[in-house]
Amino acid sequence: MKRIYLDYAATTPLDPRVLKAMMPYFKEKFGNPSSVHSWGREAREAVEQAREQVAKVLGCQPSEIYFTGTTTISDNLAIQGAAKVAKKKSRGNHLITSSVEHHGVLDVFQALEKRGFEATYLSVDKNGLIDVRNLKKAIQKNTVLISIMYANNEVGTIQPIGEIGKTISQINKLRMDNGELKIYFHSDAAAVVDYLDLSAEKSGVDLMTIGAHKFGGPKGIGILYVKKGIEIEPLTFGGHHERGFYPGTEAVPLIVGMAKALELADKERKKAVEKVTKLRDRLIKGVLKSVPDSQLTGHPTKRLPDIASFIIKGVEGESMLLHLDSVGIAASSGSACTSGLLEPSHVLTAMGIPARQAHGSLRFSLGKDTREEEIDYVIKVFPGIVEKLRKMAPKGVLNE
Amino acid sequence: MSDISDLYPSFYSKKVMGHIQNPRNMGEIKNPDGVGTEGNPVCGDVMRLFIKIEQKTKNKGQEEEYIKDIKFQTLGCGAAIASSSMLTTMVKGKPLEKAEKITREAIAEALGGLSPTKIHCSVLAADALKKAIADYRKKKK
Repeated sequence: MKRIYLDYAATTPLDPRVLKAMMPYFKEKFGNPSSVHSWGREAREAVEQAREQVAKVLGCQPSEIYFTGTTTISDNLAIQGAAKVAKKKSRGNHLITSSVEHHGVLDVFQALEKRGFEATYLSVDKNGLIDVRNLKKAIQKNTVLISIMYANNEVGTIQPIGEIGKTISQINKLRMDNGELKIYFHSDAAAVVDYLDLSAEKSGVDLMTIGAHKFGGPKGIGILYVKKGIEIEPLTFGGHHERGFYPGTEAVPLIVGMAKALELADKERKKAVEKVTKLRDRLIKGVLKSVPDSQLTGHPTKRLPDIASFIIKGVEGESMLLHLDSVGIAASSGSACTSGLLEPSHVLTAMGIPARQAHGSLRFSLGKDTREEEIDYVIKVFPGIVEKLRKMAPKGVLNE
Repeated sequence: MSDISDLYPSFYSKKVMGHIQNPRNMGEIKNPDGVGTEGNPVCGDVMRLFIKIEQKTKNKGQEEEYIKDIKFQTLGCGAAIASSSMLTTMVKGKPLEKAEKITREAIAEALGGLSPTKIHCSVLAADALKKAIADYRKKKK
């Protein structure tokens, strides 16, 4: 059977060039970077070279790059780490984020709320965009951190990160003139690496997180960018590694692989955006045309090139996934039935999509390897699956 | 912490997958003797069962009602489809008295188990059947 992978937003395949770069560090160059001998030295060189590669792509200094375990760990280190400093120095206890963040951010906020922090969750419009004016209004004297994702992984909506960064900088300037403290700006950029400019300087973020497996790198390795002068505290202890912010022997092969993947993503970004956007639009157009009662979710234009997300009315998401899977197509859904929590995706809910409609949510996410004939195959077989499932449903339910 | 199967509710057994791919007794019965619709307002799943009842003469000349035919319609996840499909195979041809005693546990067990977050799907199936039988009895009066 033909197999078509359209779940790149969940994880990407490892780029063969990345695997090749990693291999020596699994085998002959297996040393511990902290060792004094030649094995250790070559491993240390690899780690520090990787740090330089990453810094070059992010447009920052190597000393501003920390290697961690995953995006989630980076999110935790950034948010909890900044919160710890704020508490210790009595800087304030108010945090701001959006209601459509990844759980890697949302759950950290909720945990901090239980530890005496106050949190504001900014609402989004029907397309998933936050309003910068609302952000401005939400800022209080005791605000210490703002965390807004670069772009949403479920519906692809890209937040105005540049504008948000500028706004926060202006507010920070006034605050510092008044002898008040700076608000930190964190952004989870996990979903965007293959397609958006990551230069930290341009977007004005103080803290940024990414994870390698979303852009052709290996699983189990992430990055936290910490701008010079930004203070965070470590969450775990056990050594000098990553200057004490993420102690533990460095995962050398994974670090090397991630740096290689990031370099490739940066080099091939323009081509990827062009190619994937075209295929995504072909898929969106094809689905909307051939599946009655279907609609696009997320922003119509300010969206990631790889995300084609829909609501298919009168069908449940998981059953669509299982039927797509049986014809070899991989996709994803935010329906309550797939969540394990019996609740529809918080992203769709925040966008004002009622639970009844979120029931029929479906996301195809494309990758650099996606081919036109794969998209056409989906457009060919998907309407039949929807029709079959709708036929299976009790009559009149669609409009109830 | 949650049970591991609770965290990955869509990781189905082969038996469940079989019913999802080839649902048994799916569709509608024209002029049914009873209809039962049950929905879960939280997840959004909806199930409808149609039953056809007939009288059978038992050995001692006693009359007994049994489910001659049953069909289901379901808007829902894999577990909801599999639960309704499995239920129909369990009660088709069975005396009404026995059929109405089918529990959600029996359905889940026949499917080789369901994750805790999917248990409510088997509840839907059991409840829809109870409603269909009640509908039949109401109409009979």
